Amino acid sequence: MDKNDQALKPSEEQIIYANLLLIGVLVGLVLMAITYFIYLTGIFPAHVDMNFLPSVWGKNVNEYLHLTNTPHGWGWLNLLLKGDFLNYLGFAFLALLTVVCYFVLVRGYFREKNWIYLTIAILEIVVLTVAASGILGSGGH
Amino acid sequence: MLNTLLSVIGRRLFLLMAIIMTSPVLTFASETMVDPAIEAKPWWFWPLVLFFFCLVLGVLAVMAGVGGGVLYVPLVSGFFPFHIDFVRGIGLMVALAGALAAGPGLLRRNLANLRLALPVALIASTCSIIGAMLGLYLSALNPDIIQACLGGTIIGIAVLLLLSKNTEKPVVTKQDAIGLALGLQGIYWDDGARESVEWKTHRTLLGLFSFIIIGLLAGLFGLGAGWANVPVFNLLMGVPLKVSVATSKFLLSITDTSAAWIYLNRGCVIPLIAIPSIVGLMLGSFLGVRILAVAKPKMIRYMVIGVLFFAGFKALDKGLGLGLMG
Repeated sequence: MDKNDQALKPSEEQIIYANLLLIGVLVGLVLMAITYFIYLTGIFPAHVDMNFLPSVWGKNVNEYLHLTNTPHGWGWLNLLLKGDFLNYLGFAFLALLTVVCYFVLVRGYFREKNWIYLTIAILEIVVLTVAASGILGSGGH
Repeated sequence: MLNTLLSVIGRRLFLLMAIIMTSPVLTFASETMVDPAIEAKPWWFWPLVLFFFCLVLGVLAVMAGVGGGVLYVPLVSGFFPFHIDFVRGIGLMVALAGALAAGPGLLRRNLANLRLALPVALIASTCSIIGAMLGLYLSALNPDIIQACLGGTIIGIAVLLLLSKNTEKPVVTKQDAIGLALGLQGIYWDDGARESVEWKTHRTLLGLFSFIIIGLLAGLFGLGAGWANVPVFNLLMGVPLKVSVATSKFLLSITDTSAAWIYLNRGCVIPLIAIPSIVGLMLGSFLGVRILAVAKPKMIRYMVIGVLFFAGFKALDKGLGLGLMG
């Protein structure tokens, strides 16, 4: 078989997934760089003062949230004008990327009438959405 | 000329790593989590040290063929003044960013296989959520439990890396029914051997069950799970090594996403320390790929296994409160 044989090529969905992932990763990294720069330069004031952080980053997360009056779940969206919480845009973007890519797979498997993989892809979207929603594991503060 | 330069950089990085690991500053940090001397350091001190530490870690991880997360969590929790809750949360973000960055290239070259990754990802990502929630619960009860379990797991990983002999192209005579139903077979071009390689899976059910435990551990400790994915794909399911490594790396982008959300929503990601970790490890990985061409990976692999044993015993010592290692 030749290197350029069609059988060796990835599927159309795989290519679309890869392209979407590449664009997303680049955007995510640029976003993280910009927001971190804004945070460090103090263009937007931080919610938790940087000088205070060394005294609380050794405590467990419950104490940290309490001492710094930091919200959990999606509460950070209300604090986007604070330099530290602005960084969550980059984290959330990277963590949402896979969900977006899975929608491409759903479309492809639906067209192929590949019901097994369509079900797997939909279930994965549900799992990731539940994890991202904050319904699980964001309590206890 | 370039090779000599890279070789020199490699040796300097080992030296830097040795200095960082034995530095009294880090030893002090690991011993006294909220000591006034640590608080007295300016806010930028630890993130800056962390950045260079992660840079070296990224180089070593690539050369040893392990993910960044598996080195990051035990070493940073052992040598830096950050609570293990934050180290695990950021460890997952580090592993996630690395996996997302590697994913497009691996998928395009058809080395990472979507069909193989998807069913496994569903199991592992679901279980990693349970692992993450369990980890946060145990950590709230007593962080020493997590620290001791992490130590035990890291020692187990070091033993696994030391003993496992992966097979380049495993022989699978007959594909099982589940593998056949899920279409877990494929073909890829091996540039080294200049030939196409066909593959198919066997023992698929056992392989799928293994990802329940892998997912749990990934979420529980915030480790990327490449160290476990590859042996299961390769040795258990009979997937060629290249496809196993590539699919494992891609798989982390899905598994770690679900666990990362649990930690992110819980507030376990502090931006001031997360970004230097992610950037440091990614830059280190780029550098590592270049140094790899002129370094002796076998020696580095043994060195990393040694570091893992050390980090594992330190975490175990800390968790059990024995005080044998300072």
